Amino acid sequence: MGGTARYLLGRLGFYLLAAWVALSLNFLIPRMMPGDPATVMFARFQGQLSPEAMDALRETFGLSDASWWSQYWTYLRHALVGDFGTSVAYFPEPVTGVLLRGLFWTVVLAGSAVVVAFAAGTLLGTLAAWRRGGWLDSVLPPVLALLGAFPYFWLAMLALFVLGFGMGLFPLRHAYSDQLTPGLSPEFLASVFRHTLLPALTLVAVSLGGWMLAMRNTMIGVLGSDFIEYAHARGLAPRRVMLAYAARNAILPNVTGFGMALGFVLGGALLTEIIFSYPVQGYLLIQSVRAQDYPLMQGLFLTISLAVLAANWFVDCATVALDPRTRR
Amino acid sequence: MSRGRSEGRRWLDALLGNRKSMVGLAIVGAFVLMSLVGPSLVQDASAFVATPHQPPSAAHWFGTTGQGQDVFAQTVVGARLTLAVGFTCGFLVIGIGSVIGATAGYVGGRVDEGLSLLTNVFLVLPGLPLMVVVAAWLPAGPGTLLAVLTLTGWAWNARVLRAQTLSLRGKDFVAAAQVSGDGPLRIVMAEILPNMLSLMVSSFIGATVYAIGAQVGLEFLGLGDIGAVTWGTNLYWASNDSALLTGAWWTFVPTGACIALVGFGLTLINFAIDEIANPALQSETIWRKQLSVTPPPGAATPVEVGLA
Repeated sequence: MGGTARYLLGRLGFYLLAAWVALSLNFLIPRMMPGDPATVMFARFQGQLSPEAMDALRETFGLSDASWWSQYWTYLRHALVGDFGTSVAYFPEPVTGVLLRGLFWTVVLAGSAVVVAFAAGTLLGTLAAWRRGGWLDSVLPPVLALLGAFPYFWLAMLALFVLGFGMGLFPLRHAYSDQLTPGLSPEFLASVFRHTLLPALTLVAVSLGGWMLAMRNTMIGVLGSDFIEYAHARGLAPRRVMLAYAARNAILPNVTGFGMALGFVLGGALLTEIIFSYPVQGYLLIQSVRAQDYPLMQGLFLTISLAVLAANWFVDCATVALDPRTRR
Repeated sequence: MSRGRSEGRRWLDALLGNRKSMVGLAIVGAFVLMSLVGPSLVQDASAFVATPHQPPSAAHWFGTTGQGQDVFAQTVVGARLTLAVGFTCGFLVIGIGSVIGATAGYVGGRVDEGLSLLTNVFLVLPGLPLMVVVAAWLPAGPGTLLAVLTLTGWAWNARVLRAQTLSLRGKDFVAAAQVSGDGPLRIVMAEILPNMLSLMVSSFIGATVYAIGAQVGLEFLGLGDIGAVTWGTNLYWASNDSALLTGAWWTFVPTGACIALVGFGLTLINFAIDEIANPALQSETIWRKQLSVTPPPGAATPVEVGLA
């Protein structure tokens, strides 16, 4: 048991290190660019910003005549208490406030899409490997590979155009109907579901193939092992051999990939959110790019990084529960 | 040296004999050809040629954009920069990935620990937001796209190639080279890298697919050079000119279909490489027979109880 705790603490240490790298990159990137970041930034905002906003920007970046070390120290201290400065696009609201409004919806959308794609893809991969050469195994992989080749956001555009705009099957924008007040009422939840369905489905459609193929290929390897023969020889029900013996052992690489996929889908979700005017991170991202709102951009990068790192740590905990070998 | 060549020959034959890779090679080849000669055959892609948002017609096969440009010309011309950045990025990513991966795997010890840590940190940081933060600071253009795509893409290949190097390091031919006094650099270059050529090719293809997709995404966000004609900027302008609300599907469908076709073609080639390298993955008739050994549902005797 002590080994497990040490392992998980070690992973936690790694994620803290990764978080520190993310924070430091955030600090270094503007300073590594050609020219003085302050000049670059202020030149772009010529005449668009009030002097107060300029001061806020300067303060956000800790851009002063102080040495890099003391700037870095101030920056880290601010980041630690969640102070990412003031947004330019939403001046004078602090970045943290703007971000928190959106984070919840992004997690709802990307989270549900990843979980559904993972579950469905893993199950399909299991079945495809089990009935090797069957129609599931020969038809689905090429179809899903074709779907996976489309850019996330483009497939979302097409789906919205055909199913939403053309056929009127789905709402065209936002996360819930404008006429409803957010709450736990059944109407509101149903509206959220209806609005989330299409964006989530497009995310699932493009990521399903990866899960399925990975599961299929690992499972084919596992199915060739002696213990599977033995399980058959013992006369266990085929379904039990498939799920409790083969799939149970083949699923580990997929679980390990889960955390990384979350980061990937979160990126795709940002673009999908833009297409569906889903109210949040994705919208903020495009806002921040168009308005060149660096504090907001950096805040987005950091919150998403931290969310992904935290999710990865939970995945590690799940792996420990599933794979006895990591528990030694 | 001769081993490397005959190995390459065997692979080429296997690829040419595989249906998946032939289809994939045909698709990718057609697009590469189009990107090379196409732009000199079509009219100026940026010129105003007709009324904006015209549906496809005989004069304008794919219709016109919201800026009154010819969509067909834009689709053809856009291929050049997009594919150039995609393939170049694939090369850069695989170059950096194999140097770091092979070094970490072969040298081992502290060097491996340090490089693996770096690799894992880059793997776990979400790519798109990182790309946005970096790209926003640099002047828009192909150079910036290459830089950010390489920065966020190398880690995956480094990890895969490190694992393969680790497994090759213990092989007899590497030991033989070590005994005959070859230095580490020579062993990595002459013994290890040629023996993971297939893995490097498939990693290169994977990296190219990633680079094309991510590049289009960044340009769609407006982080590319919006004055240039690429597949990404085509989609940026389609969305900017409210293609969805005006029903101008022809402004975004051709470009997206091209991106998907190239990605699909490359993925098919990778499937084929996978099958050739790992024959167990082939779903052929011989293998199907083996499966029929599986007892039909319900036929099983509950021996378990008897054993207990």
